[in-house]
Amino acid sequence: MSAQTQAPRATRPPVDDLDPSVPGFEASGGDWDDIAREAIGEERIVVNMGPQHPSTHGVLRLMLEIDGETVTEARCGVGYLHTGIEKNMEFRNWTQGTTFCTRMDYLAPFFQETAYCLATEKLLGITDDVPERASVIRVLMMELNRVASHLVALGTGGNEMGATTVMTVAFTAREEILRVFEAVTGLRMNHAYVRPGGVAVDVPDGVDAQARHAIAEVRKYLGQLGDLMLANPIFKARLTDVGTLDLTGCMALGITGPVLRSTGLPYDVRKAFPYCGYETYDFDVPTDTAADSYARVVLRIEECYQSLRIAEQCLARLADTAGAPVMVGDRKIAWPAQLSVGTDGQGNSLDHIRTIMGSSMEALIHHFKLVTEGFRVPVGQAWQTVEHPRGELGVHVVSEGGTKPYRAHFRDPSFNNLQAVSVMCEGGQVADVVVAVASLDPVLGGVDR
Amino acid sequence: MSDGTSADKPVPQPEEVVGPRAGELVSGSGSAGRPHHGPEVVAVRRGMFGVHDSGDTSGYGGLVQPVAMPGAATRPYGGWFDEAVDILAEVLGDAGVAFDDAVERVVVDPPGERAELTLHVAREHLVAVCRALRDDQDLRFELSLGVSGVHYPHDTGRELHAVYHLTSVTHGRRIRLEVACPDADPHVPSTTSVYPANDWHERETWDFFGIVFDGHPGLARIEMPDDWPGHPQRKDYPLGGIPVEYKGATVPPPDTRRSYS
Repeated sequence: MSAQTQAPRATRPPVDDLDPSVPGFEASGGDWDDIAREAIGEERIVVNMGPQHPSTHGVLRLMLEIDGETVTEARCGVGYLHTGIEKNMEFRNWTQGTTFCTRMDYLAPFFQETAYCLATEKLLGITDDVPERASVIRVLMMELNRVASHLVALGTGGNEMGATTVMTVAFTAREEILRVFEAVTGLRMNHAYVRPGGVAVDVPDGVDAQARHAIAEVRKYLGQLGDLMLANPIFKARLTDVGTLDLTGCMALGITGPVLRSTGLPYDVRKAFPYCGYETYDFDVPTDTAADSYARVVLRIEECYQSLRIAEQCLARLADTAGAPVMVGDRKIAWPAQLSVGTDGQGNSLDHIRTIMGSSMEALIHHFKLVTEGFRVPVGQAWQTVEHPRGELGVHVVSEGGTKPYRAHFRDPSFNNLQAVSVMCEGGQVADVVVAVASLDPVLGGVDR
Repeated sequence: MSDGTSADKPVPQPEEVVGPRAGELVSGSGSAGRPHHGPEVVAVRRGMFGVHDSGDTSGYGGLVQPVAMPGAATRPYGGWFDEAVDILAEVLGDAGVAFDDAVERVVVDPPGERAELTLHVAREHLVAVCRALRDDQDLRFELSLGVSGVHYPHDTGRELHAVYHLTSVTHGRRIRLEVACPDADPHVPSTTSVYPANDWHERETWDFFGIVFDGHPGLARIEMPDDWPGHPQRKDYPLGGIPVEYKGATVPPPDTRRSYS
């Protein structure tokens, strides 16, 4: 199944400067012994892993140069999921932008939405005008989303190591949170719920009971996950001292999130540069000093508990602010929509439309202008970061005074963190590559945008 | 648009702005910057309501509004900004680089307590500025959060901008560096020797904007296929969308649709 390389070839060489005097081999399946026999005497075997591989967390392509079972060089290939979201956002108005950026990191949609909206609000100069209830809802959604995202990280990470039960428990727990999302936003992912100025619609009645039930259930499942993983000798042997990256390496490579905190630095944007009122919530930033894959699993579980703690504080505040607005009072910015649940699902409130259509011609004109044209954002640029489950998510928005972003750039933590794959994998075993990549928890939708 | 506002007319300056939205559109035009480093006109908006073809029914067809990014700030900048800029000037001076040569303009924007500090850095001094910002113990911007590109086709001679966001975990501060280069000579020195984290981000900016980062260890495309022609995030890159046809009417691709000016 393998053959001496002849040009032309179906795939381009993994490294462009491949010395033509060195014979290369390409194999696409077959018995490894046969391939190895043909490659005998060959120092350098390059194994291409992905982009369609169940253990690469999506369409990540890993190019591994191996010597026996040892990885001597590891490189990533990304871009297979590039959909031009940033470019698309330049052709839609500021409010429609949330619909696009929510699709970047599809496991953590609320973080992109919130970061983008906070940046837009900074340019508009309305950061202090965003109602408290809107901020509380944003925090609640983000923290539940963090738990859901960490559960996928733990579940798929476990699955990639063959621990299927970890996966089933984690996904069952995540389901509880997705039900809350569905009740609040109407969707399980791609919500477009956070809007510049607030959120699209207030939380429905009964969300308190539902969220409290979900939190209790998730705590139960997190306990099960902890029992399954944390003291399991096989699991520990598989993860301890694998994929290590010390503090110096993290700072040099711009690695943030659980990977950075596993080195002992308690850097968390929620504490360092608070937004959405995080300084008023009571929570801890867990750290570890082992800087290996196992420490990151422990940290993710601990962060889930901390997030649930914040979510409970949010629920208490929601009860206190019942009936308060969830969108800025400025009618030049607030999206003039009122959603309600009808017999055919969630949609525009007919009463609201009747008021607009029937009461005033100016109201109708205003509604039409705001929805079709959108609001204008003052000239300038803004930078906003939030603590994403995978690290620091940065949004750079530029406005030229129009109704559409002139440029919206997302510094996705997965994209940046994948740079660490070489450092974390080289010198280790091929099988440990999977563990190391799982501990980075990249989501390729965010990497490629 | 048949009233003499031809496209070859010289670009109006911010102080010439007239019309109802003058104050809103030209932010920073009131600040007293050095004349050659005044507000950068990045776009010129003509008319209103997106009427660009024949028949100016809006009555606003003659409206010409230059759009300028915020201009140079005057001291005091506020907060820790003055101190940081002073220390940077001192550290650069020790390294033999004059501050005024390295930093073209200091911008503090948006107004208010959430102001962000932006240093417009001359590209030849970018690496020295980064090194000073990272290494000096009173600055210590040790974490780079990547590179973002922006294309301003109207900013003649400075069309392509690379924007760096640095964070000081030690001091809890953030700073933005902005470097401009002309479209005809799209070269900016690579900062990977100071911030290895910028490796992929510079590849991304090369991929999307065509800025060549000199000294980068392997400036290959990262998101687009290796043989992709052009740099898609540039404003002059054609979208090439497919017109949507419905009941005989066609909706053109987004970049050729009527839009609000």
